[in-house]
Amino acid sequence: MDWTALWLSFRLAGLTVLVLVPLAVLAGRWLAFGSFRGRGVVEALVALPLVLPPTVFGYYLLVAFGAASPLGQVWDAVFGRSLVFTFEGLLIASLLFNIPFAVQPIQRAFEAIPHNLREAAPLSGLSPWQSFLRVELPLAWPGVLTAAVLAFAHTLGEFGIVLMVGGAIPGETRTVAISIYDSVQAFDDGAAARMAALLLAISLIAIALVFSLSRRAGRRFGGRS
Amino acid sequence: MTGLEVRIAQDGPIPLDAAFSCGPGETLALVGPSGSGKSTILRSIAGTYQPASGRIVAGGDIWFDAAAGVAVKPHLRRAGLVFQDYALFPHMTAVGNLTVSMGHVPKARRREMAARLLDMVHLTDLENRYPDELSGGQQQRVAVARALAREPDVLLLDEPFSAVDRATRQRLYREISELRQSLEIPVVLVTHDMDEAVMLADRMAVLHRGAVLQTGAPEELTNRPATPQIARLVGLGNVFEGRIEGHDAAAGHTVLSWRGQMLEVALRRDLVVGTVVDWVVPEGFVVLHRRGRPSLGERENPVRGVITSLLFQGQTAQVVMTPEVDPERQFRFSLPAHSARRNGLAQGEEVTVSLIAGGVHVMG
Repeated sequence: MDWTALWLSFRLAGLTVLVLVPLAVLAGRWLAFGSFRGRGVVEALVALPLVLPPTVFGYYLLVAFGAASPLGQVWDAVFGRSLVFTFEGLLIASLLFNIPFAVQPIQRAFEAIPHNLREAAPLSGLSPWQSFLRVELPLAWPGVLTAAVLAFAHTLGEFGIVLMVGGAIPGETRTVAISIYDSVQAFDDGAAARMAALLLAISLIAIALVFSLSRRAGRRFGGRS
Repeated sequence: MTGLEVRIAQDGPIPLDAAFSCGPGETLALVGPSGSGKSTILRSIAGTYQPASGRIVAGGDIWFDAAAGVAVKPHLRRAGLVFQDYALFPHMTAVGNLTVSMGHVPKARRREMAARLLDMVHLTDLENRYPDELSGGQQQRVAVARALAREPDVLLLDEPFSAVDRATRQRLYREISELRQSLEIPVVLVTHDMDEAVMLADRMAVLHRGAVLQTGAPEELTNRPATPQIARLVGLGNVFEGRIEGHDAAAGHTVLSWRGQMLEVALRRDLVVGTVVDWVVPEGFVVLHRRGRPSLGERENPVRGVITSLLFQGQTAQVVMTPEVDPERQFRFSLPAHSARRNGLAQGEEVTVSLIAGGVHVMG
């Protein structure tokens, strides 16, 4: 078992969730309730990572992060480190490829809030901020948790983009998914099997969580007539 | 405590042209068909809709004044609104739905005040239930209590009885009419149900395409509508044309010709002889002649016709007949079901009814 890789994967997934989910709440609410031109374009961009081959996505990230790119140069000037083949670069890549997994469930959850409930909040004397905290967010909460679980699980499993942007530097960019691949390449079938079983278990738990959360939300909204 | 003054107007997207007031302790019903702008007017008062022009004053505060650029945000207007489908917060218990609306009350006092309100709507034992654990009628009561929890200057009811079954509705009618006697604020009820408005309101405003056509006491509107259009909107079907033939001041009536048949109606000396007018007779002023046993009083405006349809609705029979004098039109009246059976009413039978002179209303 490659504990270093496992710990790195958990750190990467945890940080991704912590940074991405609050931003996804803002973006999801905006997409659900905002009225603006070009919504279709924004929604398509949000969904793009779902259909883009990981190696293609990874390639463009590599180009964008590289020492020749403006972003790479600024990063180097500020932090004195490269963005490619580092944990920071991997984290930024992870934030980007997880956008659809985080934004879409949250957007759907906000959209599912009946309009009259959003109207009832100010009529109960709640300010816009109180309406958000006490009515909208609690009602959208299953979607927020779903987003967190999906982004976490998806980060653990991502392979192509990680390999393109991060490579496989132990303790820096070698995640558990890469480690499984390396173990197989090195004919260490035992290590590969143990790590694969662990990821399988985590994925099962994640999907069970998502399902039970959406059922709970359904019960609350379903009501009796 | 002062009342509510509303004057709003706009050309579109939803045309509005409404001006009315509602005093403290008074219940005003806004009635009209769906799409007549009733709910939009209610939301303009609550502040979740902003009309292009007008002025709304409640409890002495200006909530909206387009000319002065004043539009108080909805959460700062003290308006309690009961939604058609209640819109209770599904993630809060009954008592939670109330306390969340008590931002203006010190925290320590909220539970106690919520308990008092739940007691008022007879829900004391159900305070910890979630909305999906309550029946439709119980949800409606929580919604009313939540609207009152804000200690509003105006209570707004948006078709609050349309989502419950008939039996529950009857019970809620009684409860609401008891409740409103203890309220010292204006109550505005939006409904498309004329009977509901007559039962619960002190005054009614009839709406069509966003415009208030007539305001008055329920019996005023349902007996003496100003125009044929209002007559139809308040559910009066017997609207016909006639011509003023003369006045008999001594007998206290005006004579009207309905395609040659003379009708005596309440005196209207303001109408010049020869004027063509619309007239209406509410169903309550139509009396069936007992068949085969003519009696006194049946000389009063007798109208003969053939029954084209007879429909029993519970204890009431709805009759449609083709009047002899105006066979192109239909004349409607209702009577107790037992009376219809005893008189052997049936489709194709000939009947005679009397139109009570005092009830025939000439419009114009």
